[in-house]
Amino acid sequence: MTRSGVAAAAALLLVSPVLALDGQPGMHDPSTVVVHESRFYVYATGGGLPIAISDDGWTWRRAGTLMQALPGGRPGPDVIARGGNNTWAPDVIRSGDKYFIYYSAPGTQPKSAIGLLVGKTLDPESPDYKWDDGGPVVWSDGLEDSNAIDPGVFRDPTNGTLWLTYGSYFGYIRLVELNPKTGKRLYPDRKPVNIAINSEASIMIFRDGWYYLLVTHGSCCAGANSSYNIRMGRAKKVTGPFIDNMGIDMLQGGGMLFLGSGGRFIGPGHFGLLDLGDDVQKFSCHYEADLDRGGISVLDIRPLLWRDGWPVAGENFKAGTYRIESARTGTALELAVQGTPVGGPRGRGGAGPGGRGGGGRGDGRGGDPIPAQDAAQVSASWPSGPTALRMSPYLLQAQQQWTITPVANAGGYPGSPYFKITIAGTDRALAATDDRELIVVPAFSGSPEQLWRIDQLTDGTYRVMPKAVPAAGEALALSAVGSSMPTLARFNSNSDRQRWLFRTP
Amino acid sequence: MAVSTLRNVAVAILGAVVASISIDPARAQDVVRRPAASLTRPATPAKAPTADGFLQRWLVLEPIRVAGQLTESAVQTVVKIEHFPNQLTAIPRHGETVTVGGTELAWHAVDTVGYNVNLFHFAHALNKPTSNVLFWAVTIVHAPRDLSGVRLAIGSNAASVWWVNGAEVIGIYNDRQTVIDDGVSRRLTLKKGPNVIRAAIVNAGGATDFCARFLDGEDRPITGLSISLTNR
Repeated sequence: MTRSGVAAAAALLLVSPVLALDGQPGMHDPSTVVVHESRFYVYATGGGLPIAISDDGWTWRRAGTLMQALPGGRPGPDVIARGGNNTWAPDVIRSGDKYFIYYSAPGTQPKSAIGLLVGKTLDPESPDYKWDDGGPVVWSDGLEDSNAIDPGVFRDPTNGTLWLTYGSYFGYIRLVELNPKTGKRLYPDRKPVNIAINSEASIMIFRDGWYYLLVTHGSCCAGANSSYNIRMGRAKKVTGPFIDNMGIDMLQGGGMLFLGSGGRFIGPGHFGLLDLGDDVQKFSCHYEADLDRGGISVLDIRPLLWRDGWPVAGENFKAGTYRIESARTGTALELAVQGTPVGGPRGRGGAGPGGRGGGGRGDGRGGDPIPAQDAAQVSASWPSGPTALRMSPYLLQAQQQWTITPVANAGGYPGSPYFKITIAGTDRALAATDDRELIVVPAFSGSPEQLWRIDQLTDGTYRVMPKAVPAAGEALALSAVGSSMPTLARFNSNSDRQRWLFRTP
Repeated sequence: MAVSTLRNVAVAILGAVVASISIDPARAQDVVRRPAASLTRPATPAKAPTADGFLQRWLVLEPIRVAGQLTESAVQTVVKIEHFPNQLTAIPRHGETVTVGGTELAWHAVDTVGYNVNLFHFAHALNKPTSNVLFWAVTIVHAPRDLSGVRLAIGSNAASVWWVNGAEVIGIYNDRQTVIDDGVSRRLTLKKGPNVIRAAIVNAGGATDFCARFLDGEDRPITGLSISLTNR
């Protein structure tokens, strides 16, 4: 199987996103989402730079503003002098034992500045919580061909250097190198490097020898009429040139579409990478309008996939009925009961439908359509108690079809709530056992071992994990030991054992 | 209904002389067939698994005629029939016979040259049926110490049911080909010393074979075992 094929199949399967996060995800111009001491933090545009915190990456709550921790509750005087008194579109990165937060402080654009805050912890409840004003880092004077807002900070994994991209529509997106110890410019006398034009919300990521510059095109701040969309180019050097899929330099307006409007969401912008490790990458963005929340601007976190050397915006898992197929073996997860052929038993060479004898009326036109099989038709002989699980070739049978449903008020993980996984048409629920195996219980109870996290991996396959296996004491993932045996094991991203596909049944 | 006897000395000598086979030609009924190319008579007291962990030494009973139905319920029914006494507990020896339905069937000790035991070769060389048959196979794996969290991993053509130390641990059903690790047990413990592995393989038609090995907690094959066909 090709990974790109998997990604394409998954993208086709999941055509509309589920609700963008829970709690209070309303925000505009979010920073990169960062994890600090097992909590998720994000900062956004607004008075004093609003803080949002989540314990699980799914349910978010507002937690005051960054500027509350600064004297006067506003940017420092040098920042205001270079730019203005507004506080927009921050970004955050950890460097050594410090956090650097870069924020936009525009005056009358394009007279703007990007200020720096320096702190040791993101936790407002910590006794060490404090932000120091680091002053302005870059600015635009209102005449030059740049607008110094929308910082995006990037650490080059190849050498540990730190870089800042910035800019918004008035001319160029620019790049400067930062001092990883201070967060200020490393070479303040050097001229910034122009790397793109006519865009904003720039940020860089790196993978497999390529630097990717992601920017936002279109217009913001017009609700459902916002044309915001995220575009990208890539380069072999951090300084560019960043070229799109058609060979057009982003300095000449190029940019391959990464994400536009879709589903119930209009105007995505402000890409941020959330790399959770183990081949699980997510990206954050905001939508200008979430139609399911009255059209407000909201944060979302979605899977980040990779195909043919380009990042691809994945979809958060959507409720539905699926077959669950092992990427290792191609066999499908099923309740361990004797299957009944769809349409009823028939002989291998007989004249019935599907037999080698041709079936139907014998004239080659076939017979009447055979209806799909559901559990009500065949489950009378299934055991009523806990039942084993196994994998088998998929034959469209009822014990092989799983309904996956989000569970309310059970928490979640970045981008999604936990799900229950039940045999379609029944309440028989997939459950983890204390001995690290799997079973199907007669009814869903909502206990942690019956709640499932479904993360899409960068190749488009999925990792499936129980919320908890209390006796195991470590995170476990659904795993195929052989062709027919599902179990639980530590996730190993170098193997197909724990990669699964969710396909339409 | 069954009688166990030792094969006579002459047969044993003949078997030893024909070093490349394990099948007793005297048991061939009307047609003399070439020996099973993939099977040999064990020539050493014990044998280690292959580098990939496959168990190559088995005692295999000549095939029992059955209906050849391969559904889960049909296979479970046929393997639960007592075809001969103590079929789930006896440790057979090479040359012992049992009587099933009035037919005397013999156990044969075999080493396979491959990862799998080719039952089609086995039965064909004996001029025995290969379709609509049930094969019983037994081996004894000696573990150097208690090995917990291991799994028996098997493949079979076609359906098969497996026991480790008397506990049923795997059942795979329907018409299928032998695929490595097709059926895998839950985690189990091999106790220090002898452990009896027993299989019942049902074939409906065509080729028939099986393979088996043990996997460790990381799904790697276990090779530090010894197979001796005795529980001593």
